[in-house]
Amino acid sequence: MTATTLDTPPAGPGGKPPAGRGAARGHRRRGRGRIRRGALPYLLLLPALLLELLIHLVPMAVGVVMSFKELTQHYIRDWGAAPWAGLDNFEVAVDFDAPVGEALLRSFLITCAFTVLAVGLSWLLGVTAAILMQDPFRGRGLLRALFLTPYALPVYTAVITWSFMLQRDNGLVNHVLHDQLGLTGQPTFWLIGDNAFVSLVVVSVWRTWPFAFLVITAALQNIPREVYEASAIDGAGIWQQIRRITLPSLRPVNQVLVLVLFLWTFNDFNVPYILFGKSAPESADIISLHIYQSSFVTWNFGAGSAMSVLLLLFLLVVTAGYLLLTSRGRKAASA
Amino acid sequence: MRRIRLAATAALATALGLTAACGGGSSTGSEGGNDKPDELTYWASNQGTSLEHDKEVLTPEIEKFEKKTGIDVKLEVVPWDSLLDRILAATTSGQGPDVLNIGNTWSASLQASDGLLAWDDETLDRIGGRDRFVPSALAAAGAEGQDPAAVPLYSLSYALYYNKAMFAEAGIEEPPATWDDFVEIGKRLTGDGTYGVAVEGGNPVENSHHAFVFGKQHGADFFDAEGNPTFNTPEAVAAVKQYVDFLANDRIAAVGNAEYAQNQSVKDFATGKAGMLLWQAAGSSLKAHGMKPEEYGVAPVPMQSENPPEGRNVNSMVAGINIAVFKNSDNLDGAVDFVKFMTSTEEQKILNATYGSIPPVKEAQQDEAFSTTDLTVLREVLSTTSAPLPQVPDEAQFETLVGDAMKELFADAAAGDEVTTESVRERLTEAQQQMQN
Amino acid sequence: MRSSPTAPPRSFVWTRRIVLTLLTAFAVTPVYVMLSSSLKPLEDVTGAFQWIPSGLTVRPYLDIWDTVPLARYFLNSLIVAGAATGCSVVVAVFAAYAVSRYRFRGRRIFTVTVLSTQMFPGILFLLPLFLIFVNIGNTTGIALYGSRGGLILTYMTFTLPFSIWMLVGYLDSIPRDLDEAALVDGCGPLKALFRVVVPAAVPGIVAVAIYSFMTAWGEVLFASVMTNDVTRTLSVGLQGYATRTEVYWNQVMAASLVVSLPVVAGFLLLQRYLVAGLTAGAVK
Repeated sequence: MTATTLDTPPAGPGGKPPAGRGAARGHRRRGRGRIRRGALPYLLLLPALLLELLIHLVPMAVGVVMSFKELTQHYIRDWGAAPWAGLDNFEVAVDFDAPVGEALLRSFLITCAFTVLAVGLSWLLGVTAAILMQDPFRGRGLLRALFLTPYALPVYTAVITWSFMLQRDNGLVNHVLHDQLGLTGQPTFWLIGDNAFVSLVVVSVWRTWPFAFLVITAALQNIPREVYEASAIDGAGIWQQIRRITLPSLRPVNQVLVLVLFLWTFNDFNVPYILFGKSAPESADIISLHIYQSSFVTWNFGAGSAMSVLLLLFLLVVTAGYLLLTSRGRKAASA
Repeated sequence: MRRIRLAATAALATALGLTAACGGGSSTGSEGGNDKPDELTYWASNQGTSLEHDKEVLTPEIEKFEKKTGIDVKLEVVPWDSLLDRILAATTSGQGPDVLNIGNTWSASLQASDGLLAWDDETLDRIGGRDRFVPSALAAAGAEGQDPAAVPLYSLSYALYYNKAMFAEAGIEEPPATWDDFVEIGKRLTGDGTYGVAVEGGNPVENSHHAFVFGKQHGADFFDAEGNPTFNTPEAVAAVKQYVDFLANDRIAAVGNAEYAQNQSVKDFATGKAGMLLWQAAGSSLKAHGMKPEEYGVAPVPMQSENPPEGRNVNSMVAGINIAVFKNSDNLDGAVDFVKFMTSTEEQKILNATYGSIPPVKEAQQDEAFSTTDLTVLREVLSTTSAPLPQVPDEAQFETLVGDAMKELFADAAAGDEVTTESVRERLTEAQQQMQN
Repeated sequence: MRSSPTAPPRSFVWTRRIVLTLLTAFAVTPVYVMLSSSLKPLEDVTGAFQWIPSGLTVRPYLDIWDTVPLARYFLNSLIVAGAATGCSVVVAVFAAYAVSRYRFRGRRIFTVTVLSTQMFPGILFLLPLFLIFVNIGNTTGIALYGSRGGLILTYMTFTLPFSIWMLVGYLDSIPRDLDEAALVDGCGPLKALFRVVVPAAVPGIVAVAIYSFMTAWGEVLFASVMTNDVTRTLSVGLQGYATRTEVYWNQVMAASLVVSLPVVAGFLLLQRYLVAGLTAGAVK
């Protein structure tokens, strides 16, 4: 999903096309005009298109229609009969002085903070581990397997284990922090109150950093060994190599990786839902749960839809802006 | 060109094949009626110790019905976590079960969504008539003045469970009858790692039930006559504060209770960590935790020492499960027959005895299975001092919003923040403002 | 691979040791908790936490099969995730091939639209999708609601956008000379796809398959509304260990381990493909 493909034909803006590709493409262009005009590409796309239409686009359109309706429990049995609400649902949602809008805004800000922290930390851990494990050493394979385990565990299993560990009275976390290290005067609450936010970030990072690790590991394998050899001959130490060669060469990966992580984390429902149940503590009232509450728990699907549409618009703008910024930055850098 | 067309056909065929292969299954649905008189789907709620236990209990009973009528009943026990979502989805789409259990507090909300068959007098007569049921239980099956959206199946009420040994040790002879006594006794029981009472502070639904009872005693109804929310009246604030204070100011509940949401409080009571528990029909759960019936006593939930001006003598909600017929059923007659079977005196005795609940059918209540000490108390409470939760369409929001507000208040108290009348009012006001009309 | 002629300096080695030790602890602790808790009797699990279990028992591993029909849930998950993965991979390969090898009108609209679906919160899909499934059932007789089919269709579509995107990247990295040559040899474009491109794209395809499988395996929300007790999948079914009277934590952990083992093992076995698939695909 993302992005580089948004319009980037094969080699992204500023990305280096693999050797020989240009030649091949030129050749293709000449050789395949006949087919290009044909229906084949459309037929190849057809299954994907049908599925997207059925499962994503039509429901999405229905969702947008819902957002303009007064769809409370009085009307859910027969949606057609639900009165049109015009922009009412949206007005309520964005009226930040009124309670509903205020709650939405708060939830939105919490989600932003959560996403920035979780993505940032996941990336940081991923990049650190990947760089430290770039050179072979004894036990590297085993470590890599251990690091990937959190990502491989099914979400429910992993998160329910965390909720077990985060219990106040009998959980491992307090056992270590309070009983063994004596860092806290009182056992801490991790699943309610303000600390719930911390818990959410930690659990989310635990689950996603292996993905960052994996992607960056893959990217590091693309850096030609000669570059390092050359710099070593120039007398550069390992830290300098990391700073001058490794990190800069990760820039194109980071662009994609951060965007992917951002979208996944921002819309994540599974982790907070399993960790906190249907109603999250105020401090960890993530937008996806908030919308779930606004529609399913309080039975106001019109309002929930309006919030979702707003969220979609926000994510579209952010993504577009992000792509524009990063690709412009990269063009400038490579120019 | 031919090759392309061939390829195109192949791709299309694959696409269609894929869709079909990934689809599969059969069965259709349509508007309600009697098109399929031979089959029924029944969504039971989780009443026993596990979903499998429920199946073991219900299957032999349902077989009796199948034998009698020749109707094939498909039973599914739906976990509480997903029951309401699935009912909502079923209502929206028209595709659902024929008969289903609902929490009786949802009755009015579901009634407003018009997905359930209304039990007018004629339909009620087909299952033996209105008079077979305990009036308070039937009152919890839909808004006042409208035909019930369901009929009661299992009834429950709250009671005060107390640990006899702990009471004896502290020299307490009688269970408390007033909240003043309750707090008094609670303080005497608290110390050395034990506490006076265990509360389920992280569970919004449980919280809202207590808010309701305390509310009644203080004279707060949480909804006015038009069904508009009145969550933050002074009476409501006093009610909520009194309950949260067990942990916040009286300190007779352990701080850790603030995050309890998986019935840990029952376990704490069963294992002697807390001396009292406010719960509905805890018998089977306590037994599962290894507490014998002779080890605990059951008494009605305390009242105020002196009722505030508007206060009423209510010490429990009418708790329970209702059974309803889905309007879009293809076997409406069979569905009503099934409800008749489930509410028959004999089945009522068997099922309620198994689940430790009280039959809402008067005739079945006479059975001695329901005359044990604890069930006698529950029965007494149900028939004299219980009241149904507000039967308004927005009831579900009340449970969520007020229950959540209380959860946050418990969290505040646990974090060491003071809980004052002002902070309670703030939380409740916030909750009320989330209601959209 | 970096290869320094000299061994890395001590500062680097020590940093590496410390950081990797901490990360290992972070990654592995929950797994250890799962393992140790699954071997404890219930009283010990619900009591204060102990690093070293004082009493060991394998009872939870025997009880898990009776408390909930774990085997059935497992089978359901396997069918649903497996079929969703298989279908999704095939569809994604077709689509990615088209996007990678052809310039056609609507190509850009297609990619943009497909990608934007990833930004729509899933909760909102739930009811409309449910409605659509029921309508399809009513008009065509294909029951999607409550059946595994509906869930399969849903999951494969969820993973499709990312899969297509990843595969486009991978296919782009396969020299076009390869399929050009096949075309010159008289193969049709589809034959070229299957004979030449697919074999060359195996790492990318496996990577996409892993991703699809993991997503389908873990999803909770749609599974909880769209399945009944016959078709219920693991992620919902495991919640059955939290009963009305008790959360059987030791059984939750035991069941979690049992059902995770094959997935984790498979994932670790195939991760080299994921790395390879990402190298060419995502990482460009």
